[in-house]
Amino acid sequence: MATRATAVDDVKAEEVAEAVYEHPFVIRLCHWVNAVSLFVMVGSGLQIFRAFPSFGAKNPQRDLINWPKSLALGGWLGGALQWHLTFMWIYMGTGLLYLAYQIFSGHYRRVLFVRRDIRGVWPVVRHYFFFGPKPPLRETYNPLQKHAYTSAIALGVLSVLTGLAIWKPIQFSWLAWLMGGFHWARLWHFLIMWALLAFVFGHLVMVVLHGWNNFVSMLTGWKKDPENHVE
Amino acid sequence: MNPRTDRRTFRNVSRRELLKLTPVVALGAFAIPKLQVPLLKIGLRFSDWASARLFRTGHLAPTFQDSDLAPFEKFPVNDYDVDDPGIDLDKWTLTVTGAVQTPGTYTLAQIQALPKVRQNTRHVCVEGWDVIGRFGGARLSDFLHMIGADPTARFVTVECADDYYESLDFATATHPQTLLCYEMYDQLLTREHGAPLRLQIPTKIGYKQAKYLTHLKVAHVLDRVGYWEDQGYSEYYGL
Repeated sequence: MATRATAVDDVKAEEVAEAVYEHPFVIRLCHWVNAVSLFVMVGSGLQIFRAFPSFGAKNPQRDLINWPKSLALGGWLGGALQWHLTFMWIYMGTGLLYLAYQIFSGHYRRVLFVRRDIRGVWPVVRHYFFFGPKPPLRETYNPLQKHAYTSAIALGVLSVLTGLAIWKPIQFSWLAWLMGGFHWARLWHFLIMWALLAFVFGHLVMVVLHGWNNFVSMLTGWKKDPENHVE
Repeated sequence: MNPRTDRRTFRNVSRRELLKLTPVVALGAFAIPKLQVPLLKIGLRFSDWASARLFRTGHLAPTFQDSDLAPFEKFPVNDYDVDDPGIDLDKWTLTVTGAVQTPGTYTLAQIQALPKVRQNTRHVCVEGWDVIGRFGGARLSDFLHMIGADPTARFVTVECADDYYESLDFATATHPQTLLCYEMYDQLLTREHGAPLRLQIPTKIGYKQAKYLTHLKVAHVLDRVGYWEDQGYSEYYGL
């Protein structure tokens, strides 16, 4: 009897018959460290924003919104800056590790939205939002998904660049200049945060819709009974 | 890279893969109050260390046209205590101590006798607002030269009439745009803006730019950093 067949016989009826290794270790590590650091960066960033919740002049000051303290992290401006200036290194570190891994492993081809993906976006949107037929999946991720992941990565890079322009507007004056100077870089940094939060919201909705096995695969790497298995 | 299918002992493999993620749990140390304070202190220290490494004397703060200036009456007045600590401007002197060749008291006239610099630069507050203003004064580097400051010193510290205090790293103190400022918008400093003398440092955050100076010391070590820094703000905060 062949080893392989024995292995199959070992699998109990209620256990897995098929599984796909979807998320390599480095990707999972970066994903979860980044999830924590993004949470801290947003929370402390909003507390920093509370110190001057405006994008206009200081005198006279017109507040944009009175952001609730309960939805912010750090307690006070100095505390929030400590969180922000500590976790920015973790955020950048996992970001760089993620990008380096994606590039050198070639794994990026799965998530990078390229020109030939454009055609496929509308059928997926029609399926998700307008009850259209489900388009056949040709790759690991559908074109809309690739678009979302690529956008999120781009937003992550932009969040770092706009942040550097605020933190060091003189040492990185070219960065601040690209964004219209310190004053506007602060607004871009804020808007990019909301764009990232919009991604996180959509991402969490999809995680709920796609069920437990999909969620577990980001923890263990292995996806049980994959719904869209592409060889 | 194609996903590969594995049909063997799924549960064990899953557990092993899950355990590999335990380093993520280490981030939970930040949720433990006893560890949180020292960890955040390390993070802030590291940021300050990186900031000092990023600082380049040749990187000048951008300067602006007169048309970019905020009107003088719109320039915000910020202080931690009082707008006017009640200095007798006629009797005011700056007391100089520390690692210098000629310690003692210096009058405003002596500081005004140094070459005057006027610059339109951006003032950035840690709260997030910024304003472009016009400042005039003597280069702190010229003053340090006049008092014979030890070039191997590491800090310049100041004390103020309102009990505010600050310190500057020597590289920033000798930066060509760092001023002992006695003018704003070509007029002598008004009381609420720090008369008769304040620091104006375009390469630093606002809270470093102390007003109402009374004492200046050249130091090798710091016994205290600054009013806000000693409450947990960044010690370096260079822009």
